[in-house]
Amino acid sequence: MSATAVHAEDHGHDDHGHHHKETFVTKYIFSQDHKMIAKQYLITGTVMGVIGIMMSIFFRMQIAWPKESFTIFEIFLGNWAPGGVLSADKYLALVTIHGTIMVFFVLTAGLSGTFSNLLIPLQIGARDMASGFLNMVSYWLFFISSVIMVLSLFVEGGAASAGWTIYPPLSALPEAIPGSGLGMTLWLVSMAIFIASSLLGSLNYIVTVINLRTKGMSMTRLPLTIWAFFVTAIIGVVSFPVLLSAALLLIFDRSFGTSFYLSDIFIQGEVLHYQGGSPVLFEHLFWFLGHPEVYIVLLPALGITSEIIATNSRKPIFGYRAMVASILAIAFLSTIVWGHHMFISGMNPFLGSVFTFTTLLIAIPSAVKAFNYITTLWKGNLQMNPAMLFSIGLVSTFITGGLTGIILGDSTLDINVHDTYFVVAHFHLVMGISALYGMFAGVYHWYPRMFGRMMNKNLGYVHFWVTAICAYGVFFPMHFIGMAGLPRRYYTNSEFPLFDDLANVNVVITMFAIIGGIFQLVFLYNFFGSMFFGKKAPQNPWRSNTLEWTAPVEHIHGNWPGKIPHVHRWAYDYSKPGHDDDFVPQNTPMKDGEEELHH
Amino acid sequence: MTTGLLTFIVIILIAIAIWQLTKIFDLSQAKADNSQVANDKDNNINGYLMMGFLMFIYIITIICFVKWGDLPLIGNAASEHGTSVDTLMIISMVLIFFVQTLTQALLHYFAFKYRGKEGQKALYYADNDKLEFIWTIIPVITLAGLILYGLFTWNEIMDVNMEDDPIVVELYAQQFNWKARYAGEDNVLGKANVRLIDLGPAANILGLDTEDPYAQDDIVVQELHLPVNRKVVFKMRSQDVLHSAYMPHFRMQMNCVPGMITEFAMKPTMTTEQMRDTPKITNKVRRINDIRAAKSEKLLAEGEDALEAYEFDFLLLCNKICGESHYNMQMKVIVESQEDYDKWIAEQATFGGKE
Repeated sequence: MSATAVHAEDHGHDDHGHHHKETFVTKYIFSQDHKMIAKQYLITGTVMGVIGIMMSIFFRMQIAWPKESFTIFEIFLGNWAPGGVLSADKYLALVTIHGTIMVFFVLTAGLSGTFSNLLIPLQIGARDMASGFLNMVSYWLFFISSVIMVLSLFVEGGAASAGWTIYPPLSALPEAIPGSGLGMTLWLVSMAIFIASSLLGSLNYIVTVINLRTKGMSMTRLPLTIWAFFVTAIIGVVSFPVLLSAALLLIFDRSFGTSFYLSDIFIQGEVLHYQGGSPVLFEHLFWFLGHPEVYIVLLPALGITSEIIATNSRKPIFGYRAMVASILAIAFLSTIVWGHHMFISGMNPFLGSVFTFTTLLIAIPSAVKAFNYITTLWKGNLQMNPAMLFSIGLVSTFITGGLTGIILGDSTLDINVHDTYFVVAHFHLVMGISALYGMFAGVYHWYPRMFGRMMNKNLGYVHFWVTAICAYGVFFPMHFIGMAGLPRRYYTNSEFPLFDDLANVNVVITMFAIIGGIFQLVFLYNFFGSMFFGKKAPQNPWRSNTLEWTAPVEHIHGNWPGKIPHVHRWAYDYSKPGHDDDFVPQNTPMKDGEEELHH
Repeated sequence: MTTGLLTFIVIILIAIAIWQLTKIFDLSQAKADNSQVANDKDNNINGYLMMGFLMFIYIITIICFVKWGDLPLIGNAASEHGTSVDTLMIISMVLIFFVQTLTQALLHYFAFKYRGKEGQKALYYADNDKLEFIWTIIPVITLAGLILYGLFTWNEIMDVNMEDDPIVVELYAQQFNWKARYAGEDNVLGKANVRLIDLGPAANILGLDTEDPYAQDDIVVQELHLPVNRKVVFKMRSQDVLHSAYMPHFRMQMNCVPGMITEFAMKPTMTTEQMRDTPKITNKVRRINDIRAAKSEKLLAEGEDALEAYEFDFLLLCNKICGESHYNMQMKVIVESQEDYDKWIAEQATFGGKE
């Protein structure tokens, strides 16, 4: 427990003004307050998200209308698109940076960073994170890594272009692709800093959840959001360092002539000196993070969804214990399935069998979660707030995308769809769109808590329905072109007459992508507009049970004036028989003779 | 630049218009409920939209199947193991679509049926061990079946051995094309290493060991010919970056990794001619040629050359991002009768120079 937290605990907070003189800089920039840091994460993540989504629209346009000239390319891409025609290697740069930004900067930092920071102290009843200072450092490292990643777009040779998985030798040799020069160096530096940021954040979350829970907040009374953030942080601490070491070894190979990943290479008329390394080693190290990363992205979204579905259904989440157990099971399994990305990498086929087995096991806790969400809706009194719509949407895309995992996780079937658009469709639905929905749901739900104002619900409805239709419009047909054998990461398919009949599917997909992308402006407008013009938020707009809604609307240091509320029940006493209201906040003492009706 | 500015202004104007429209919408509501929390009316509208969305999911599924359902490579595998891959694929797909249809229906129907109403009280229903057990055990059993089936097939496919007198062929990848090397009469590939590559007049583009007797009868070609119904053992090599040897019609794929040799064995069961005559491929080719004809008309109108008509061929594609021209790294694969193959291979020059 840090000094500030102890101090806050001891003295209450009536007199905090005397101790903390706040200037603009300490309040808005180098803030150590978890609520401000959450907002900083959210806004940085949003900016990165705009960049990432714009990139995807650009390369989708190239796929739909190959080698055509677009004015918009000239404006935004400059010399990456001479004469408005996107060049082949810069297409790969766009794909690479889109993936990197969306996976790490938006859906890891933007999602976990925002909501873990905002909700962990508020929902467990803590004054702040265990270490406000480390938390601040974590954000600023994230900010620096974001800036470096964006800067890498402007260097000679362009940004990293080896795919977001940056497999060597392509990523190791500038001779192989221009993006593997300075662009790749900056990518690696940015990611190394990002990992440091992520580790500081995760350690903080873990320590806070273990040590700073208020009286009565036992682990079995934790809201599922906190369970999800807690376990996500553990996965991050276990797996991110492995990516760091992979990146360091790659830096060694690139700059200091070592041969960890490289051997027997002849490129551009010359034999290189590398001897004895193996790219397969990199694949192992990369996916040891890369696969858990999927759950680092997804679990917080599922946690948010659990909370929002329960609140808006006015019902307890169904099967709380099973939900916690499946989070733990997913976390454990996520660290022993990485090989399913490598069935055809040349690794021993026996390992393929093992990884097929472990991978398909993950379907079990995932199925339990999906069924529990559906049962939570059953006989509820569903309040269709925008956050609820996005949560239901998440369950829908999680099912659609998750089911195709049964095909990709099966080594036999993976042979033919590996690295095709089938994979792109699968992971975008199950982790991309699902996690994005989780993030949107979280923003709509906790916006009043973050900014003290309400977002406009009608804009939220427009945003959800258009996004939902476009998400299916983009990714559903993609399964079919993937099963037709169309490889991903092709600049154009026009070199293969075999794929000519897929061209019109690609046009349909791109149209949906453009419409869906443009309608995100509705969200941005609502988000930034409501900060200033939104209706002032009441104390507990969604009539929710969790502790964050007992704290004052105006943010104060230490979260609660006076004593921290004590917890007397779990977070899901919605519509409990024997109570007049359809919600019973966690800090409401049990009535005489009242029993816990769940187990 | 002006276009950019204009676009920007238009976007801003649209944004303002949307904001104003929602404001009007808010104000026009009789009992000005400005809480921004869903009311019964919202619940109702969105509940119905949920049902509409369920229909949308079903419709888009049906449209995809009707319009693009014959695109997938299922049911016409041109290799022996490909048939069992397809069978497993079909079983998995049927299962997936069953679960998808059912769960999406439940999800969206519940969202519609239990949409909130003033005064309605939700059921306090926190857990039910029996239900949890049921939907744990059902996936367990189903997946156990799939896993077992999958693993048997996988082990069979991945068991690369020299039984059944296979021919040995090396697939050699480089930015951005393929070469194939046949092992020749001794059916043993000669030693090779990138350090022996010589691009000079005494071309040794694959880096074969000139001293190795096994290398002398090796044959290096740019087009892959395979005899039908004869097992082929492929050995893959790459000289620069990762590539992936992908032959979708044979349900075959394996990465080519610099510094190591990877393997895949398969037996083609259809010649190129036979494949061209399958209904699925004839349909596909007709469809493609219709598209190409339409495109050609446009090109001719612009004074350019028309596109050639397309004829089906098996292909080897690169399916691992390998650089700028990754999108055009391909090699034609021809499956023919043993006689035609023998004739063709006899015409090729061996590495040692003997015809």
